[in-house]
Amino acid sequence: MLTNYLPILIFLGLAAVLAIVPMLAGSILGPRKPDKVKNAPYECGFPAFEDARMPFDIRYYLVAILFILFDLETGFLFPWAVVLRQIGWFGFIGMMIFLGLLVIGFIFEWKKGALEWE
Amino acid sequence: MIDLLIALVWIVLKILLIALPLLGAVAYMTLAERKILAYAHVRIGPNRVGFAGLLQPLADGLKLFFKEIIIPSKANPVVFVLAPIVSFATAAAAWAVIPFDEGWVLANVNAGLLYVLALTSLGVYGILMAGWSSNSKYALFGAMRSAAQVVSYEIAMGFALVGVLMAADSTNLQDIVLRQQGGLWHWYWLPLLPLFVVYWISGVAETNRAPFDMAEGEAEIVAGFHVEYSGMSFAIFFLAEYANMILISALASVLFLGGWLSPFEGIPVLGSLFSFVPGIIWFFAKMAFFLFLYVWLRATLPRYRYDQIMYLGWKVLIPVTIVWIVVTGLLIEWRVAPWFI
Repeated sequence: MLTNYLPILIFLGLAAVLAIVPMLAGSILGPRKPDKVKNAPYECGFPAFEDARMPFDIRYYLVAILFILFDLETGFLFPWAVVLRQIGWFGFIGMMIFLGLLVIGFIFEWKKGALEWE
Repeated sequence: MIDLLIALVWIVLKILLIALPLLGAVAYMTLAERKILAYAHVRIGPNRVGFAGLLQPLADGLKLFFKEIIIPSKANPVVFVLAPIVSFATAAAAWAVIPFDEGWVLANVNAGLLYVLALTSLGVYGILMAGWSSNSKYALFGAMRSAAQVVSYEIAMGFALVGVLMAADSTNLQDIVLRQQGGLWHWYWLPLLPLFVVYWISGVAETNRAPFDMAEGEAEIVAGFHVEYSGMSFAIFFLAEYANMILISALASVLFLGGWLSPFEGIPVLGSLFSFVPGIIWFFAKMAFFLFLYVWLRATLPRYRYDQIMYLGWKVLIPVTIVWIVVTGLLIEWRVAPWFI
């Protein structure tokens, strides 16, 4: 069974090679004349007036946490979806209870304003 | 030992047979996009290089080979160089499980759909690595926006895929296509229409294409996460983006439009008339339709605001998919023919 996955591993390696080769070729064929202004971070032609390592909006963090929550949920739904016909009404109602709880959580975070971006 | 070696060489050849045409498809997708956009604007588009501009992508590619690869002095060089490679490798390797015709699949694995979902999630790392390592404000903002957007639409997409799994009973992409046999009305676009629409919208958002190309936002953050990239390192990001677009189109055809199946199946006269067409042609035709849709959307719709993008992803698409998963579950339990037997 696991041998089926061997081509995937080779593909990943080969895809990386397919990306590395043009970049190597580009660095050999292209010119290399670095200077101070050219290598400065791009800010529309002005010298950068602040470091880019600065704090960012907390809401990105919130989205990441919510993503983990819901992605785990999809991970849980995947195997259930494949065997649904075998587990019948019992499995269906069981998952509906789980989904219902998650929907309550979803409504809660909606009402709390976790999804607002204005 | 020799057997193993031959098997390995055979696998590598098959991979190249997928990857090299993919690169060609990406090149000509850029030309097609420019041509279609041009005709949408009542222009002619590129027509100078070769016959009717057909050599334009080659000229563009060749030019990029001879451009300097700039590594900004403030950047983190290792991550900076690694980011396009990660982006491209994940976008290309997802093609390992796509079935082109019955039996024409590199790795016929049972967890096919799960694998595709995993690799598209990994693509976010390439974006974040590029944005962070560039050490430039625009790149950082672009990467944050893009990552949050991709991650949000990933959920809606995952839920839409759950609906397909429920109907098809399998995560093997080839089995999913075979379950849709029986003609146009048996493909999943009809019984799972809301999920099909959600999947396509999140697919467009996932690849950061117009009208969801907030992450690029050339009017405010120049080009987003790849603003500091130049020459070939930029070209690799470009290839990754287009390879992802083609992948989303291929998945949409496999999951909702019956992959390599003929649309005339089961129709009296037309069915036998078109039975000589090989499946792979149908598959490519369906992919081309979705790719055209990408460009069509870009030519037609203005860009969304960021809060509108998040609103659509979280408050519209996710509730719609949850409701339709429940509906699909009920249809399956009631064995509604002909789709959910």
